[in-house]
Amino acid sequence: MLFVFIIRMNGRWRCWKLPTRMALSTKHADDDSQYVLVAKMDNVRNLANILKAVHFKEIATIFASDLGLKITVEDFKCVQANAFIQSAVFHEYIITEEQITFKINLNVLIECLTIFGTSSLSGVLTSLKMCYKGYGHHLILMLEEDGVLTDCSIKTMEPDEVLDFDFCSTNVVNKIIMKSECLREAFSELDMTSNVLEFLLSPDPPHFRLSTFGNAGRAHSDFPKDSDMIESFHCTSTQVNRYKISLLKPSVKALSISSRVSIRMDNRGFLSLQYMIKNEDGQVCFVEFYCVPDEEEEEEQD
Amino acid sequence: MRFRGKLVDTACIQHFSRVLGTIAKLCKTCVLRITADKLYFILLEKVVSGGTHTWCEVTQSHFFDEFMLDGLSKEDNEIFLELVPENLLRAMKTAQVAKWIKIKLTKKHTPCLTVEVDLPTAIGLSRNVVHYISVTVLPKRLWSDYEEPEMPEFDVSIALPALKLLRNVVDKMKSMSSYVIISANHNGEMKLLTETEVALVCTYFKDLANPTWKSGLDAHFFRSPHRSNVDKREFFDVKVDCKKLAQFLNVQQLCPSRVICNLNANHLIHVTLLHDDFSLQYFMPAVVS
Repeated sequence: MLFVFIIRMNGRWRCWKLPTRMALSTKHADDDSQYVLVAKMDNVRNLANILKAVHFKEIATIFASDLGLKITVEDFKCVQANAFIQSAVFHEYIITEEQITFKINLNVLIECLTIFGTSSLSGVLTSLKMCYKGYGHHLILMLEEDGVLTDCSIKTMEPDEVLDFDFCSTNVVNKIIMKSECLREAFSELDMTSNVLEFLLSPDPPHFRLSTFGNAGRAHSDFPKDSDMIESFHCTSTQVNRYKISLLKPSVKALSISSRVSIRMDNRGFLSLQYMIKNEDGQVCFVEFYCVPDEEEEEEQD
Repeated sequence: MRFRGKLVDTACIQHFSRVLGTIAKLCKTCVLRITADKLYFILLEKVVSGGTHTWCEVTQSHFFDEFMLDGLSKEDNEIFLELVPENLLRAMKTAQVAKWIKIKLTKKHTPCLTVEVDLPTAIGLSRNVVHYISVTVLPKRLWSDYEEPEMPEFDVSIALPALKLLRNVVDKMKSMSSYVIISANHNGEMKLLTETEVALVCTYFKDLANPTWKSGLDAHFFRSPHRSNVDKREFFDVKVDCKKLAQFLNVQQLCPSRVICNLNANHLIHVTLLHDDFSLQYFMPAVVS
């Protein structure tokens, strides 16, 4: 796996001409026609924060279309996170191809986006211009804060196929929309000695229950459907599924900055967690996680 | 050999602690040179561990209310001590609200710096806390190792931008790569560039000042013989260890009034921090690529 990856990177090197001395001014940037994607935003934190929410693996796949950007991160072929940043979040968004796909090192991308620091206290905004010339080229970032410029050129990689969880809303059996704060609290108190987290969704009490099975015993957190925290409750039949805690843990980052969460489970027991995240300008972005159930549990059900 | 000093003002105590805090962050052990009007903290790093050199000068009269020094002899009225700045800093930290602090060179079983702190209490009684910090007195034959460094030749001299911003940038570059290339020109422009297998990141600063040194000095220190012919836009590069640079940029807590960086292309950087009552010079050799 790793071997293939390196060869691909080497292959890409051939088309990379190293700009040893970049021009100090960004005059060349005025000619945007050479790019297939140009996106600008005034506050780079709006992008960086969403990317951090799905940053649990080094490599991410970026899909760009008319609608905006989708950033996909996967792990173990069992969990997938998608961050959606619609084009309206950017103050300028031009795309000349129907769909652009590339893989990129997310660590480096986030470090570059936050190069001027992450503190929002100073009141100074960092603006961003992101350009991509097309297949085989680098992703170019130009950041500016208070007259200081940073140019970044990040190597892109050949996109792999991403998992298709085939999660269709018509197959959804149970669905809950709730405020994030109480789920955040429940997640922070989870017994991490447990391997799995059990989700129980049911039209009957206890309605929504999270259970762990750790060294010290089992623990349940119940959320009755008439709780203030639950905004909508559509459960048609009782479903009990277990998910590896290690797979769900990455979603805590997104949970912590979200305001609402939608929990859905389909007829195969696949779990979808959708987080609604409001950025600093009040626009709404979504981050969703798909997770497959733990196998043993399925066998038991069979 | 005798040395005694007394700090009374809270602002002085805190400022002195900040200076010590900076020194403690840069090294484990340093040499404290005490002379009649100045204190010097000198750090000489071994070449294998980076080879940086720090020279920090503190004007004694700005900090100490009482100051008494009996050096090695009348001709060499100085004392050189080797100490762990972290220990002295720890003693100073307990003394942030002290009424006064006395620092003395004493002899217990070994030579010690005695830090005596008088802390106020709510009921008006005083509490005395005494710290003994063991030090090594350096014999005169070693003094010459710690002489004031000469100002190195340089290609370009530039006033650095706000250290906080610079530190943010260098910190991020540090997590990507171990080296950063600092470049500056005579047109008030500076750039920091780092390059890895995955990315190339370059930050540009402009409208910085190019300090002018006295004309006599100019001729002496500028390496380029025909300076008038030099292209003002030509950049001079120095590749340095990113971790070391990030560590040094932590000195921002000192709020220096001016920070000037001299670059000697492919050789070294020399950063001078200027403040009313202290100055700090930092020499960092270039990494050969």
